[in-house]
Amino acid sequence: MTAKLSSTPVGSAAAKPLPGPDPKRPGEAVFRGLATGAGILILVILALVAGFLLIQGSPALFADPAKLASQAYGEFVGWVLPYVWGTVWAAILALVLAVPVAIGIALFISHYAPRRLAQPLGYLIDLLAAVPSVVFGLWGSLVLAPAVLPLYETLNTYLGFIPLFSGQVSGTGRTILTAAVVLATMVLPIITSLCREVFLQAPRLHEEAALALGATRWEMIKMAVLPFARPGMIAAVMLGLGRALGETMAVTMLLSGSRNITIELLTSQNPNTIAAVIAQNFAEAFGLKTNQLIAAGLVLFLITLGVNSIARWIVSRRAQYSGAN
Amino acid sequence: MSIKPFAVAALVTAAALAFTGCATNEAAPAGTGSSSGSQTLTGVGASSQKAAQEKWVADFQTKNSSITVNYSPDGSGAGRSAFIAGAAAFAGSDRPFKDEEMGAGKFAGCAADSNALDLPVYISPIAVVYNLDGVTDLSLDPATIAGIFAGKITKWNDPAIAATNPSAKLPDLAITAVHRGDDSGTTNNFTDTLNKLAPTVWTEKASDTYPAAFGGEAANGTSGVIQAVTGGSGTIGYADASAAGKLSKASIIVGGKPLQPTAEAAASILDHSKTIAGRDANDLAYSLDRTSEGVYPAVLVSYAIVCQTYKDPAVGTLVKNYVGYMASADGQKAAAEAAGSAPLSADLQAKVKAALDSVK
Repeated sequence: MTAKLSSTPVGSAAAKPLPGPDPKRPGEAVFRGLATGAGILILVILALVAGFLLIQGSPALFADPAKLASQAYGEFVGWVLPYVWGTVWAAILALVLAVPVAIGIALFISHYAPRRLAQPLGYLIDLLAAVPSVVFGLWGSLVLAPAVLPLYETLNTYLGFIPLFSGQVSGTGRTILTAAVVLATMVLPIITSLCREVFLQAPRLHEEAALALGATRWEMIKMAVLPFARPGMIAAVMLGLGRALGETMAVTMLLSGSRNITIELLTSQNPNTIAAVIAQNFAEAFGLKTNQLIAAGLVLFLITLGVNSIARWIVSRRAQYSGAN
Repeated sequence: MSIKPFAVAALVTAAALAFTGCATNEAAPAGTGSSSGSQTLTGVGASSQKAAQEKWVADFQTKNSSITVNYSPDGSGAGRSAFIAGAAAFAGSDRPFKDEEMGAGKFAGCAADSNALDLPVYISPIAVVYNLDGVTDLSLDPATIAGIFAGKITKWNDPAIAATNPSAKLPDLAITAVHRGDDSGTTNNFTDTLNKLAPTVWTEKASDTYPAAFGGEAANGTSGVIQAVTGGSGTIGYADASAAGKLSKASIIVGGKPLQPTAEAAASILDHSKTIAGRDANDLAYSLDRTSEGVYPAVLVSYAIVCQTYKDPAVGTLVKNYVGYMASADGQKAAAEAAGSAPLSADLQAKVKAALDSVK
């Protein structure tokens, strides 16, 4: 009564699958080659960019401070630190302003709005992403900055005891808070469209089950949608953060930048961002100055890489909720 | 099966586009002289001369259809480096070569025993622009201007400003001083003016970078400064006079007289200044004397740097013709109309012409 367990299925003695692509179907090999090639190409491009930044930036990274002081912008770490702070600070402010609004819009489109309103609203938000950043910079400096000036003066008069709102208010409104508002507007469509897609992927059965148990709509979203969407939301926020960290033209045209490390939001002395510093000075730079600017670009590259790595790690910790179930 | 031809066509198009990127980029030679056919002249340098150079190039090429002139406004520093390396036949620079940068044989495009010559070709007055409701005429003396930009004078109704403007209604409004955030020759000449005329208040020496110690609002480029001053209230800034547009320009009080940034008041600075000592008679590198009477002090003088003797005589002839046009009465008039510069005085035009006649 012993059953002999056979490892080969019945009738397959003559039809063992081949290990490689079937020669009768060359498209298979071509497609595999193209896909692999595209993946390798991306890695190669990334490596080339990193190599360029390292090679062109290294004369400034390894020059001695006296040479940098006379021929370039001064000792590297001390010079780049205020700009690192400015980049990170402007990005954090932009996210604080953009993320709640973006998640709200995405939830509205996916769960609250009637179907006929949801689609056009989605298109309109995506249209915001199509506006060039130069246009945002012009709008910010010509329209937004003068318009928010009275608000800044009020904040400074009545809430000036809070360090964020202290200091001498700028007479033109071109401060880091204005730049953060413009950055938030640029980052909003990215976060909204990604979050919208993730919210729409929430399992219907869980939602219906929550509603059936008597949950209100908001409780249903809290229980069934948000935990499921958390890794996707984090990915969306990180994408937006990447855009905010690297945004150049809008900040260059809009921000009154200086070399101060400060948290005051309303004054003329705002920490400049790395991208804006490179854009402002590259045209007139030469020799060691160019090397120092490219080295600053390398620092920005590393910051973005670091932030994205942290995001990937957070997402991977929650992999069981990534939507495969 | 219907997708296959599309896929192949798309692949071929993509490959063709990719291969167009394989063209090698060769640096253009500084100048090619040939007895027949077209000749090219390359200049690199100051972006302050950009608008004027565009007009000069257009006019010159119209008159001499076989010659092509290329001017890249990459910046004064890049221009000087390109000239030293021989990649440019002439350089546009917001300052002449320093004594330690001069010397026979240091310039690759020049003959081994040839030095360089600095010739002033572009004068641009720097205006102090401001935006204050109800005040259309403002006269400020250099110490007050230095105090405003250094952050010492913070309100418009400060006694120092009221003293020189008795009839103006100055409000109790904070002053926002706007400066250039990027390196620029305009900043260099403005800080030099304040340092020479008010050294006790403006303690920093002239530099392309606005001194960080003095604070104020930063804007990017001349247009950025004008935008910032226009968009704010109670703002004051410095920029090329030709770019000021509708903004009011303050008069600077020199020797008791308020002077507006006009072409005549600006161009006269070179007639009152001396050339740097110890140089060749044809080297017109001026050490600007901003303290003379009747002279508007905040002026940017931009030079064309050429060789005394070129390695290639054909290039020398091209340079003589082109820079000669730049410094001629017609050329200066054209630049004044196109770029708002101050034309060189007749005296100076003659000196530059004599210097160019000596170029081989």
